[in-house]
Amino acid sequence: MSATPASEVNPAPEVLRAPLVVEFPFTRSLGPVQSAFLTGLRERTVLGVRTTGGRVLVPPVEYDPETAEEIRDLVEVGAAGTVTTWAWNPEPRRGQPLATPFAWVLVRLDGTDTPLLHALDAPGPDAVRTGMRVRVRWAAERAGAITDIACFEPYEDHDEGDPAPAAPGTEERIATGPRSHSGEFEDPVAGIVAPARLDYTYTPGRAQARFIDALAERRTTGERCPSCRKVYVPPRGACPTCGIATSEQVEVGPRGTVTTFCIVNIKAKNLDIEVPYVYAHIALDGAGLALHGRIGGIPYDQVRMGLRVEPVWTEGGRHPDHYRPSGEPDADYDTYKELL
Amino acid sequence: MRDVAIVAFAQTDHVRSSEALSEVEMLMPVLHDVLGRTGLRTGDIGFTCSGSSDYLAGRAFSFTMALDGVGAWPPIAESHVEMDGAWALYEAWVELLTGEADTALVYSYGKSSPGSVRDVLTRQLDPYYLAPLWPDSVALAALQAQALIDAGETDEQALAAIAARSRTDAEDNPHAQLRGPRPQGDYVVRPLRTGDCPPVGDGAAAVVLAAGDRARELCERPAWIRGMDHRIEPHALGVRDLTDSPSARLAAERAGAFERPVDTAELHAPFTSQEVVLRRALRLGDSVRVNASGGALAANPVMAAGLVRIGEAAAAVHRGASHRALAHATSGPCLQQNLVAVLEGEPHVR
Repeated sequence: MSATPASEVNPAPEVLRAPLVVEFPFTRSLGPVQSAFLTGLRERTVLGVRTTGGRVLVPPVEYDPETAEEIRDLVEVGAAGTVTTWAWNPEPRRGQPLATPFAWVLVRLDGTDTPLLHALDAPGPDAVRTGMRVRVRWAAERAGAITDIACFEPYEDHDEGDPAPAAPGTEERIATGPRSHSGEFEDPVAGIVAPARLDYTYTPGRAQARFIDALAERRTTGERCPSCRKVYVPPRGACPTCGIATSEQVEVGPRGTVTTFCIVNIKAKNLDIEVPYVYAHIALDGAGLALHGRIGGIPYDQVRMGLRVEPVWTEGGRHPDHYRPSGEPDADYDTYKELL
Repeated sequence: MRDVAIVAFAQTDHVRSSEALSEVEMLMPVLHDVLGRTGLRTGDIGFTCSGSSDYLAGRAFSFTMALDGVGAWPPIAESHVEMDGAWALYEAWVELLTGEADTALVYSYGKSSPGSVRDVLTRQLDPYYLAPLWPDSVALAALQAQALIDAGETDEQALAAIAARSRTDAEDNPHAQLRGPRPQGDYVVRPLRTGDCPPVGDGAAAVVLAAGDRARELCERPAWIRGMDHRIEPHALGVRDLTDSPSARLAAERAGAFERPVDTAELHAPFTSQEVVLRRALRLGDSVRVNASGGALAANPVMAAGLVRIGEAAAAVHRGASHRALAHATSGPCLQQNLVAVLEGEPHVR
């Protein structure tokens, strides 16, 4: 059971890479003010909240940003407003409100004191300026979310606060000033589901790339710490005890010893393995710590500490599918007790 | 109160992509470098604190793997913030002020290259009203820039001059990603052009802090932290005056920055327009040398760029180029949160 120094470490010939998608549908509950605001959008009504100082905030918040007081005094505000600043976005990105070039805008809706961030659909940057009048374009299908406002659109009226006609095809009233609103609607929304997806290109780094490259040749390799001499399998590039780079690649196994194990009785989703099965820590010969793997080829209730095992590769597999008994006598406890 | 100083600083060369290296492989040489400058070993360090974000590279619990590069055995006293390393430094400074430790190692790292940092940063926004619209970091900075232009605080030409000055200064910074002036290029999100935006890249930085006589033993000319404070503004962009930075001003005031003039400032202004805001809020006159390193416009390893500012300011004190320096770090959209530290080189006089 001794390790074989395979080679001094060479740089990986090329960087391994794979797409990695991190995606979560975040489900978030709403407070009473947020619920009223988002339900209002569904009903094509824009609500703000009045602070104790008398300012009207849109989008409304549950607590006063200045005093931290709980605020609940809802008011209905206009669906038209004035651009306070803007930025022309020539290349819309995934998830943004419009797929064609548009302006990001902060819009102070009539009757409010703080502007709201959204998109403005305009033919080009020359059609956008600070101080221009815009109004809400409602999404055709609304669910109680900020995206119920599809975007804003340019809107020529007279002065802020003048009564204004409704947008074509819509019936909403554009309010002239904030009126108190109960915030009550039928079937209020209680939460939102916010999908979040980020795309990455995963690269494993030098040490893990060397490990993966060796696996492709059905060899398992670790790396030895030049200070404490421990062989890490799989290697991550650093000895966590000494805080220095592992410098020497070492082939380990292929056989090893079960140091400890558990019996899995619950079937995992999307995993085509019959339960019960055994999941074990396996100290490959020459390795300074155990890796984990499934044990097959033996009834689950006969697996034991000290069992000698060997890897089973499947056609096209890039790592051992599982480990099975090698037929050797069990290892003596003293040979693996430091690896538990 | 004890006196605490920055006694060493190290950073990687900041690059567009460190794809051949894992995070710990990128970070570890910097840790060795900074410890080597003091002669300390991990076991000598009283407290270790780091800053990073798993969202950048999409690797869960990457900071625990990064800790492999420290050598955390026997077990060390350690902490982590999901923030720029400047805030990790703040935590370590407080730890040293309490007397719980005499030395601290602070590090941070960021690999933006595996993902799209403009999109990643949208995930820090208000999840109800902002995040569903995916407003990216350049878009939000551009809204702030336009507000400054409308207010008569700057114009595109002045912004281009900030970009050119920063990257010209970076010619003398071997670690910078963009060394030497670049064309301003096209609008990314108008009014911001490519030249107004920071480069996207990977990098890491580390500093060592020490208290009192320990600092004098470890460094010929320690950069004493005379004060440090951080302040945050409301998360709703519409509630803020985007042309001003009351949080930076308040942090500077509480850090003692206005008690005497500084000769040097390192500002964490990833966008040219943000330097305009910060110079005014921090009352920096023309006599102050601003971002001699090139600043975040020359290298912006997210999560490390703020710590790099403090490190660069400290390094200027270490080499005698500054007697009193201001270092600034920011976090969040449009300078939402700001940290200010004041560093001095001369012996402390009470």
